[in-house]
Amino acid sequence: MAEARGSVSGRNTDHQVAFYGLSTCMWCRKTRMALEEADVSFDFAYVDLLQGAEREEAVNAVRRWNPAGSYPTVIVDDEKCVVGYNPDKLRGALGL
Amino acid sequence: MSEETVSKEAVEALYRRLDEEAQGSGYHLNPDAEFTRALVESLLVNEARYGYWACPCRLADGNKESDLDIICPCDYRDADLNEWGVCFCALYVSDEVLEGEREVASIPERRPPVAERAQHRSGPQAPTPAREAPLPVWRCRVCGYLAAREQPPGVCPICKAKRDRFERFW
Repeated sequence: MAEARGSVSGRNTDHQVAFYGLSTCMWCRKTRMALEEADVSFDFAYVDLLQGAEREEAVNAVRRWNPAGSYPTVIVDDEKCVVGYNPDKLRGALGL
Repeated sequence: MSEETVSKEAVEALYRRLDEEAQGSGYHLNPDAEFTRALVESLLVNEARYGYWACPCRLADGNKESDLDIICPCDYRDADLNEWGVCFCALYVSDEVLEGEREVASIPERRPPVAERAQHRSGPQAPTPAREAPLPVWRCRVCGYLAAREQPPGVCPICKAKRDRFERFW
Protein backbone atom coordinates (compact mmCIF):
# COMPACT_ATOMS: atom_id res chain seq x y z
CA MET A 1 0.00 0.00 0.00
CA ALA A 2 1.06 3.54 -0.66
CA GLU A 3 2.57 5.81 1.95
CA ALA A 4 -0.08 8.21 3.27
CA ARG A 5 1.89 11.31 2.37
CA GLY A 6 5.27 12.38 1.18
CA SER A 7 7.23 14.03 -1.59
CA VAL A 8 8.64 12.88 -4.88
CA SER A 9 11.56 14.77 -6.35
CA GLY A 10 11.89 15.11 -10.07
CA ARG A 11 14.05 17.19 -12.34
CA ASN A 12 11.20 19.56 -13.08
CA THR A 13 10.97 21.84 -10.03
CA ASP A 14 9.42 24.91 -11.68
CA HIS A 15 6.11 24.50 -9.89
CA GLN A 16 4.76 23.78 -6.46
CA VAL A 17 2.62 20.71 -7.12
CA ALA A 18 0.27 19.09 -4.59
CA PHE A 19 -1.37 15.78 -5.50
CA TYR A 20 -4.38 14.62 -3.47
CA GLY A 21 -5.62 11.12 -4.18
CA LEU A 22 -7.09 7.93 -2.76
CA SER A 23 -4.93 4.83 -2.44
CA THR A 24 -7.71 2.65 -3.91
CA CYS A 25 -8.48 4.78 -6.97
CA MET A 26 -7.17 3.89 -10.42
CA TRP A 27 -7.56 7.42 -11.82
CA CYS A 28 -5.43 8.63 -8.91
CA ARG A 29 -2.83 5.98 -9.72
CA LYS A 30 -2.74 7.07 -13.37
CA THR A 31 -2.48 10.73 -12.42
CA ARG A 32 0.43 10.07 -10.09
CA MET A 33 2.14 8.06 -12.84
CA ALA A 34 1.66 10.98 -15.24
CA LEU A 35 3.39 13.30 -12.74
CA GLU A 36 6.22 10.82 -12.30
CA GLU A 37 6.59 10.36 -16.04
CA ALA A 38 6.77 14.14 -16.46
CA ASP A 39 9.62 14.04 -13.92
CA VAL A 40 7.94 16.67 -11.78
CA SER A 41 8.65 17.31 -8.09
CA PHE A 42 5.43 17.03 -6.12
CA ASP A 43 3.95 16.47 -2.68
CA PHE A 44 1.39 13.72 -2.41
CA ALA A 45 -1.33 12.83 0.08
CA TYR A 46 -3.61 9.76 0.02
CA VAL A 47 -6.54 11.19 1.90
CA ASP A 48 -8.15 7.82 2.65
CA LEU A 49 -5.00 6.89 4.61
CA LEU A 50 -4.89 10.12 6.62
CA GLN A 51 -6.64 10.57 9.91
CA GLY A 52 -7.79 13.36 12.21
CA ALA A 53 -6.51 16.88 11.62
CA GLU A 54 -4.25 15.83 8.72
CA ARG A 55 -7.19 14.38 6.87
CA GLU A 56 -9.40 17.37 7.57
CA GLU A 57 -6.70 19.71 6.32
CA ALA A 58 -6.32 17.72 3.09
CA VAL A 59 -10.10 17.54 2.53
CA ASN A 60 -10.37 21.30 2.99
CA ALA A 61 -7.43 21.98 0.66
CA VAL A 62 -9.16 19.93 -2.05
CA ARG A 63 -12.56 21.58 -1.50
CA ARG A 64 -11.10 25.07 -1.81
CA TRP A 65 -10.26 24.30 -5.42
CA ASN A 66 -12.72 21.56 -6.20
CA PRO A 67 -16.03 21.97 -4.34
CA ALA A 68 -17.13 18.45 -5.38
CA GLY A 69 -14.29 17.19 -3.16
CA SER A 70 -13.40 14.51 -5.70
CA TYR A 71 -10.10 12.73 -6.33
CA PRO A 72 -7.58 12.99 -7.83
CA THR A 73 -7.11 16.73 -7.41
CA VAL A 74 -3.78 18.31 -8.35
CA ILE A 75 -3.10 21.88 -7.28
CA VAL A 76 -0.33 23.74 -9.09
CA ASP A 77 1.30 26.80 -7.49
CA ASP A 78 -1.87 27.40 -5.46
CA GLU A 79 -3.18 28.90 -8.70
CA LYS A 80 -4.46 26.11 -10.90
CA CYS A 81 -6.29 22.91 -10.23
CA VAL A 82 -6.70 19.76 -12.32
CA VAL A 83 -9.54 17.45 -11.30
CA GLY A 84 -9.68 13.82 -12.40
CA TYR A 85 -7.22 12.03 -14.65
CA ASN A 86 -6.66 14.54 -17.40
CA PRO A 87 -3.09 14.29 -18.72
CA ASP A 88 -3.50 17.08 -21.29
CA LYS A 89 -4.82 19.54 -18.76
CA LEU A 90 -2.16 18.46 -16.31
CA ARG A 91 0.64 19.08 -18.80
CA GLY A 92 -0.95 22.47 -19.59
CA ALA A 93 -1.06 23.44 -15.91
CA LEU A 94 2.60 22.42 -15.57
CA GLY A 95 3.60 24.32 -18.68
CA LEU A 96 4.92 21.18 -20.39
CA MET B 1 -4.43 3.05 9.08
CA SER B 2 -3.61 -0.64 9.04
CA GLU B 3 -2.49 -2.34 5.90
CA GLU B 4 -5.16 -4.43 4.21
CA THR B 5 -3.96 -7.37 2.19
CA VAL B 6 -6.19 -9.09 -0.30
CA SER B 7 -5.35 -12.43 -1.89
CA LYS B 8 -5.21 -12.88 -5.64
CA GLU B 9 -7.73 -15.70 -5.31
CA ALA B 10 -10.22 -13.43 -3.54
CA VAL B 11 -9.82 -10.81 -6.28
CA GLU B 12 -10.32 -13.42 -8.98
CA ALA B 13 -13.39 -14.89 -7.29
CA LEU B 14 -15.07 -11.51 -6.89
CA TYR B 15 -14.09 -10.44 -10.40
CA ARG B 16 -15.78 -13.54 -11.83
CA ARG B 17 -18.86 -13.10 -9.68
CA LEU B 18 -19.28 -9.42 -10.62
CA ASP B 19 -18.69 -10.23 -14.27
CA GLU B 20 -21.36 -12.93 -14.25
CA GLU B 21 -23.84 -10.75 -12.39
CA ALA B 22 -23.20 -7.85 -14.75
CA GLN B 23 -23.64 -9.98 -17.85
CA GLY B 24 -26.79 -11.51 -16.44
CA SER B 25 -28.46 -8.15 -15.97
CA GLY B 26 -27.36 -6.07 -18.94
CA TYR B 27 -24.36 -4.34 -17.32
CA HIS B 28 -20.70 -4.73 -18.33
CA LEU B 29 -17.49 -4.67 -16.37
CA ASN B 30 -14.71 -2.59 -17.89
CA PRO B 31 -13.04 -4.85 -20.52
CA ASP B 32 -9.59 -3.62 -19.43
CA ALA B 33 -9.08 -6.67 -17.22
CA GLU B 34 -5.98 -5.37 -15.42
CA PHE B 35 -7.64 -2.05 -14.55
CA THR B 36 -10.82 -3.84 -13.49
CA ARG B 37 -9.03 -6.40 -11.31
CA ALA B 38 -7.23 -3.55 -9.53
CA LEU B 39 -10.62 -1.93 -8.82
CA VAL B 40 -12.01 -5.24 -7.56
CA GLU B 41 -8.99 -5.49 -5.26
CA SER B 42 -9.79 -1.97 -4.02
CA LEU B 43 -13.38 -3.01 -3.30
CA LEU B 44 -12.02 -5.82 -1.13
CA VAL B 45 -9.60 -3.41 0.58
CA ASN B 46 -12.56 -1.15 1.36
CA GLU B 47 -14.59 -4.11 2.57
CA ALA B 48 -11.78 -4.93 5.03
CA ARG B 49 -11.54 -1.28 6.06
CA TYR B 50 -15.18 -0.27 6.31
CA GLY B 51 -17.20 -3.47 6.10
CA TYR B 52 -18.73 -2.59 2.74
CA TRP B 53 -17.73 -1.92 -0.87
CA ALA B 54 -17.23 1.82 -0.75
CA CYS B 55 -16.43 3.23 -4.22
CA PRO B 56 -12.63 3.00 -4.68
CA CYS B 57 -12.55 6.50 -6.20
CA ARG B 58 -14.51 8.34 -3.52
CA LEU B 59 -13.54 9.28 0.01
CA ALA B 60 -15.65 7.10 2.32
CA ASP B 61 -16.19 8.45 5.80
CA GLY B 62 -16.60 4.98 7.28
CA ASN B 63 -20.19 5.59 8.41
CA LYS B 64 -22.36 3.20 6.41
CA GLU B 65 -25.42 5.41 6.47
CA SER B 66 -23.64 8.42 4.97
CA ASP B 67 -21.65 6.22 2.57
CA LEU B 68 -24.70 4.25 1.41
CA ASP B 69 -25.01 6.13 -1.89
CA ILE B 70 -21.39 5.28 -2.83
CA ILE B 71 -21.50 1.57 -2.00
CA CYS B 72 -20.80 -0.26 -5.24
CA PRO B 73 -22.89 -0.34 -7.38
CA CYS B 74 -23.41 3.30 -6.43
CA ASP B 75 -26.56 5.39 -6.78
CA TYR B 76 -24.88 7.33 -9.61
CA ARG B 77 -23.73 4.44 -11.80
CA ASP B 78 -26.66 4.23 -14.20
CA ALA B 79 -26.86 7.99 -14.80
CA ASP B 80 -23.10 8.07 -15.45
CA LEU B 81 -23.28 5.06 -17.79
CA ASN B 82 -26.00 6.90 -19.75
CA GLU B 83 -24.17 10.19 -19.93
CA TRP B 84 -20.50 9.17 -20.08
CA GLY B 85 -20.50 5.48 -20.94
CA VAL B 86 -18.65 4.72 -17.74
CA CYS B 87 -19.25 4.92 -13.99
CA PHE B 88 -17.15 7.21 -11.80
CA CYS B 89 -14.43 4.67 -10.97
CA ALA B 90 -14.80 2.98 -14.40
CA LEU B 91 -15.59 -0.48 -13.02
CA TYR B 92 -18.72 -0.53 -15.23
CA VAL B 93 -18.99 0.59 -18.83
CA SER B 94 -21.78 0.99 -21.38
CA ASP B 95 -22.47 -1.07 -24.53
CA GLU B 96 -20.86 1.69 -26.61
CA VAL B 97 -17.61 1.41 -24.67
CA LEU B 98 -17.69 -2.37 -24.84
CA GLU B 99 -18.12 -2.17 -28.61
CA GLY B 100 -15.24 0.28 -28.91
CA GLU B 101 -17.41 3.18 -30.04
CA ARG B 102 -16.56 5.26 -27.02
CA GLU B 103 -13.41 5.76 -24.94
CA VAL B 104 -13.18 5.22 -21.21
CA ALA B 105 -12.15 8.43 -19.46
CA SER B 106 -12.16 10.00 -16.03
CA ILE B 107 -15.56 11.71 -15.60
CA PRO B 108 -16.91 14.53 -13.41
CA GLU B 109 -18.30 13.74 -9.97
CA ARG B 110 -22.10 13.47 -9.94
CA ARG B 111 -22.43 12.92 -6.20
CA PRO B 112 -23.59 16.19 -4.62
CA PRO B 113 -21.17 17.98 -2.27
CA VAL B 114 -21.58 17.09 1.39
CA ALA B 115 -23.79 20.08 2.27
CA GLU B 116 -26.34 19.26 -0.45
CA ARG B 117 -26.33 15.52 0.14
CA ALA B 118 -28.85 15.44 2.97
CA GLN B 119 -31.52 17.19 0.94
CA HIS B 120 -30.67 15.16 -2.16
CA ARG B 121 -31.45 11.90 -0.42
CA SER B 122 -35.13 11.22 -0.35
CA GLY B 123 -34.71 9.20 2.85
CA PRO B 124 -36.80 6.34 4.09
CA GLN B 125 -40.07 8.29 4.22
CA ALA B 126 -42.51 7.76 1.39
CA PRO B 127 -44.11 10.56 -0.60
CA THR B 128 -47.76 11.02 0.29
CA PRO B 129 -49.70 8.84 -2.13
CA ALA B 130 -52.55 10.49 -4.03
CA ARG B 131 -54.61 7.41 -3.35
CA GLU B 132 -54.22 4.32 -1.25
CA ALA B 133 -52.12 1.58 -2.87
CA PRO B 134 -52.86 -2.05 -2.01
CA LEU B 135 -49.15 -2.60 -1.25
CA PRO B 136 -46.15 -0.39 -0.59
CA VAL B 137 -43.86 0.09 -3.61
CA TRP B 138 -40.10 -0.06 -3.06
CA ARG B 139 -37.59 1.48 -5.45
CA CYS B 140 -33.98 0.38 -5.85
CA ARG B 141 -31.91 3.57 -5.68
CA VAL B 142 -29.22 1.96 -7.83
CA CYS B 143 -31.15 0.79 -10.87
CA GLY B 144 -34.73 1.98 -10.37
CA TYR B 145 -36.29 -1.49 -10.08
CA LEU B 146 -39.74 -1.27 -8.46
CA ALA B 147 -41.31 -3.96 -6.30
CA ALA B 148 -44.83 -3.79 -4.86
CA ARG B 149 -44.66 -5.90 -1.71
CA GLU B 150 -44.79 -5.56 2.07
CA GLN B 151 -40.98 -5.37 2.44
CA PRO B 152 -38.22 -4.61 -0.07
CA PRO B 153 -36.41 -7.67 -1.46
CA GLY B 154 -33.19 -8.77 0.30
CA VAL B 155 -31.23 -8.25 -2.91
CA CYS B 156 -32.28 -6.35 -6.01
CA PRO B 157 -32.98 -8.99 -8.69
CA ILE B 158 -31.67 -6.64 -11.38
CA CYS B 159 -28.51 -5.00 -10.04
CA LYS B 160 -27.86 -7.08 -6.89
CA ALA B 161 -27.88 -4.04 -4.59
CA LYS B 162 -28.78 -5.03 -1.03
CA ARG B 163 -32.05 -4.32 0.79
CA ASP B 164 -30.75 -1.15 2.44
CA ARG B 165 -30.53 0.53 -1.00
CA PHE B 166 -34.31 0.41 -1.43
CA GLU B 167 -36.47 3.42 -0.64
CA ARG B 168 -40.22 3.60 -0.23
CA PHE B 169 -41.50 4.90 -3.54
CA TRP B 170 -45.25 4.68 -3.05
